[in-house]
Amino acid sequence: MKPVVAELSGRASTQKRTELLRVKHLNVDYETGDKPVHAVNDVSFTLHRGQILGLAGESGSGKSTLAYAITRLLHPPAVITGGEILYYPREEMAHRDAIDRVSQPDDACETDAINRVPTVDILQLSNKELRAFRWQELAIVFQSAMNALNPVMRLETQIVDVLQAHNPSMGREERRQRALELLRLVGITPDRLRSYAHELSGGMRQRAIIAIALALNPEIIIMDEPTTALDVVVQRDILVELMALRERLNFAVIFITHDLSLLLEVADQVAIMYAGRIVEEASWQQLYRHPRHPYSYGLLNSFPSLHGVKRRMSGIPGSPPDLRNVPAGCAFRPRCPFAFEECGERVPALAVPLVEEVHIGAQGLEPDGKLAGGTPATRSQQSHVACHLYSKEGVGNNE
Amino acid sequence: MQATNLTDQQITTSTLLDRAKGRGSGMLRVITSNPKISVGMGIVVFFVLVAIAAPLLTRYDPNASVVRGSLAPSSAHIFGTTGLGQDMFAQIVYGARVSLMIGFFAAIGSTLLQIFFGLTSAYFGGLVDDVLSLIINVFLVLPGLPLAIVLASLASSADAANKNEFVLAIVLLFTSWSYGARVLRAQTLSLKEREFVAAARSTGETTLRIIFSEILPNEIALVASTFIGTFVYAVGAEVALEFLGLGDTSQASWGVILYWAQNNTALISGKWWQFVPAGLCVAVLCAGLAFINFGIDELANPRLRIERPPRRRGLPIKKKVVA
Amino acid sequence: MSNNDVKLQTLAPDEVKKLPGEPILEAVHLKKDFPLGAVKWFGAARAVHAVEDTSLALYPGKATALVGESGSGKTTVARLLARLYEPTGGDIRFQGVHAAKGHRAVRAYRRHVQYIFQDPFSSLNPVHGVRYHLGRALRLHGYVRSADDERRQILALLERVNLTPAGQFIDKFPHQLSGGQRQRIAIARSLAVGPSVILADEPVSMLDVSIRLDVLNLLLRLKEEDALAFLFITHDIASARYFAEETLVMYAGQMVEGGPTEEVIQHPQHPYTQLLLSAAPDPDTMGHRQAAATTAVDRRDSCDGRAGRPQGASLHAGMAPPLQAEPDNPAGAASPYVRGEPPSLINPPAGCRFHPRCPYAMPVCSQRRPARTDLGNGHWTHCFLYDDGMTGSAETPLQRAVSAGTRLTTSTDNEQENR
Repeated sequence: MKPVVAELSGRASTQKRTELLRVKHLNVDYETGDKPVHAVNDVSFTLHRGQILGLAGESGSGKSTLAYAITRLLHPPAVITGGEILYYPREEMAHRDAIDRVSQPDDACETDAINRVPTVDILQLSNKELRAFRWQELAIVFQSAMNALNPVMRLETQIVDVLQAHNPSMGREERRQRALELLRLVGITPDRLRSYAHELSGGMRQRAIIAIALALNPEIIIMDEPTTALDVVVQRDILVELMALRERLNFAVIFITHDLSLLLEVADQVAIMYAGRIVEEASWQQLYRHPRHPYSYGLLNSFPSLHGVKRRMSGIPGSPPDLRNVPAGCAFRPRCPFAFEECGERVPALAVPLVEEVHIGAQGLEPDGKLAGGTPATRSQQSHVACHLYSKEGVGNNE
Repeated sequence: MQATNLTDQQITTSTLLDRAKGRGSGMLRVITSNPKISVGMGIVVFFVLVAIAAPLLTRYDPNASVVRGSLAPSSAHIFGTTGLGQDMFAQIVYGARVSLMIGFFAAIGSTLLQIFFGLTSAYFGGLVDDVLSLIINVFLVLPGLPLAIVLASLASSADAANKNEFVLAIVLLFTSWSYGARVLRAQTLSLKEREFVAAARSTGETTLRIIFSEILPNEIALVASTFIGTFVYAVGAEVALEFLGLGDTSQASWGVILYWAQNNTALISGKWWQFVPAGLCVAVLCAGLAFINFGIDELANPRLRIERPPRRRGLPIKKKVVA
Repeated sequence: MSNNDVKLQTLAPDEVKKLPGEPILEAVHLKKDFPLGAVKWFGAARAVHAVEDTSLALYPGKATALVGESGSGKTTVARLLARLYEPTGGDIRFQGVHAAKGHRAVRAYRRHVQYIFQDPFSSLNPVHGVRYHLGRALRLHGYVRSADDERRQILALLERVNLTPAGQFIDKFPHQLSGGQRQRIAIARSLAVGPSVILADEPVSMLDVSIRLDVLNLLLRLKEEDALAFLFITHDIASARYFAEETLVMYAGQMVEGGPTEEVIQHPQHPYTQLLLSAAPDPDTMGHRQAAATTAVDRRDSCDGRAGRPQGASLHAGMAPPLQAEPDNPAGAASPYVRGEPPSLINPPAGCRFHPRCPYAMPVCSQRRPARTDLGNGHWTHCFLYDDGMTGSAETPLQRAVSAGTRLTTSTDNEQENR
């Protein structure tokens, strides 16, 4: 395939060396009824090589729509109405050898090829390019493993089919070997190769799906609630394995779930979505220790703990917003205990927090109005929050 | 039959109402929301009104020979006359009564049987299901129309005096219920696993109430659809049976008109007015009913609806170079 | 509260005496097999052995959590107690009296024991409105005198489950409500009959994360205000800790461990409970997170002066990713962490059903099921590691003494002593 590419200048490429996927101001609307529903609203983020980016949010927060948009799997009435999704391949996609990385795991990015690395705009790919792109560069694992496997095909056939479709040069025996290798990779014994989906347990099926996703060594795997339907023990199993595979194969993951406590264990970087927008993005450590957005704080406090003092927790009052009827200004305002005038007027932008100290007291967040002195960016470089509490004006107006 | 599409998914009456975005409330909303249902209902209502208002529409007695036989259409007899000199328009108008009555009663009776067999066998399961399913299956494998012909001829020869439309209705009823019962049974099997059934039990509802107040209302779309399907079958089969002379040939009805037209070799002698109006009426009524059925299907099954193109297009695919 | 007054006047369950210390609802050696398929002409009929030898007791004002994976039989236990299924064996006792069969008896029983379903999108009938759902529950048990009275009681119920203003909700249909609101309606429906026991089957697992706690808190309040006895079924052991005083752990249809919640969660004894706890997502113990993958961000972060995350003994310490350890032996022989999934309940493993996955399995484990061993403080387990009360010659005198003790006192006696 010949992707739509452009030569990057050397300067730009060194700067973007670790970047893999960049989503810029993405908008997705559902065009039903009288007015479009903004399912994804001005979402921007960057995924780095080998990174696990967690997307957390409740139902209707737009997290799955975002995943579908990145893979361009959206059907009408969902339409991408704006934005860019840029992909920075490791090398020319056309020259990729599908199996090199499993047989000899490489650890670092290529060095001299990097200057000529092209950029792919996913939204501009033709259907043919898209097909190749989807398996080779980007794979998807959905929640319902039960439905993703074809019930009348043997596991082997399904894996081999993927290999055959995208790698016609592979021989029959080679494909078989590769299928075996993939299954071993995800911890399925070779005797399962001849099984049908219904003969496998839920966990096994999800593993098989991951194996198929890995078949062509994608750079990115998007996982949409991959373990929600599974039991905790199986879920843990698969996640541990995923982490190990990530170490070995160095793919990046966009991990979508509603379970923030799970995400904190898996993800490097966590983005929290609410009503179609990212309201906070931070490394997992920062988010866990120092949640900034009141919604993130509420979410973190919605999970009872296994340790420590047992106390009555409060959760978040109210219910998730109806996307057809998002309140003006900050969508979280009706449920926010700290909302003030400005929250209803303007949508807060996702930005580096200007205010450093916001206490998390017994009653919740207690902004004390102290501005960050000196270098606000040092600690918060990876942290972005969309909340007026953290912008200068916001605190100024707060009593 | 259209009904099969409905069993694929959990179709509930509320989704039907929910998807019907028309004006008004309840049934009216469902009718006005879908053009197919509106057209179908229009046709059916037209025929019903014609049947009811028959004495007002014509001054002729449909069974009385008023003039010379086989007159071509004229201003006095807009559809012409039959071979016996009866007014064709009067025959059509009064005949609508018979056809609609037979279709309606056969469909009602058949639907009741379907509900009884389908719901009880699915809800109780076990031995009850085994026995009822056996009966359903026996009726299912009997070929409907041939059986109807045999039954109708038996009934007409055994009791010539009682040879009227209700014999036909009953014959059609018994040859048409099994398929719908099967479909309802399948739907009920999946509905009874839904938690609201267990919830009703745990609240303390009786079995009868669970079947008829909890499960049945959820199957109204399906019941309506099979009802109309049976209606179409009954109207068509009734015309066919009467055409074969198995009905009451002295009573004017669409099938009987065709029977006499055939007897009088109307086709060969080119007396088109003796069979075209009746044939058209049957075709249009059945088409109207089918429209309603398609409409119900469309409401209940969103996959059948044509997705209207979005008002705004997405990003135009342009070969832009990104730097 | 005025709505409470209404309830006391009209809903007060007459004959229920709530004596603390006495179990209000008991399951004694419950057993349930689901026969497979139709009548089998040759050989023994196959069946799913969903629940085996399960005993539990519920107390007024207390919650007992039943924890286990899907397929562990926890829902079956609750449905047996709700009398949605007939038990194959064992006994259900309400206030010490055997729960009789027959339509009338079952309806009387349901006046005291109510069930909350997991999925609020399925447990409310889509064709009926809120008024119908609550009104039927009130009418069926004869609490309604007039239409006005019914409306008043429905409004009171809606207010009790925090659906305010109640007048706005009474004429809604399920599809017009959010998941959390539907579950509140389901809770209100079960409250309508004025029960003394509520069997809650994963009442929050289908809800959005941010509203789960709200609904849990509502249930906690009801438990305390009305001294309701709760059976709280969950796969999330942390919410069991939040909600319940006592926790029972089920595996493949058998009880494996039980006792006061803190005791079971902080000192799990059965290998399965340990496995379950180690698998539960818990941001507080993220010590296992790969040091190798520490990014620049991490390092920068660890420099900042804030209190770091707890670095204490991690449950996950042993959970080295098997692939890293030994690519050809994914099971990782040295790891105490066990791969595998619950067995089929059609042909469950003999003896302790956990033995195929148990890292400490002994020959005896596959021969017979371990009896209940009391570990003190009301904590008990079914595991040979802690002696089973019936071991043969190999047992130590100490073990024999312990086992003698277990045999002398019946399980219920022990429970009561501990309370």
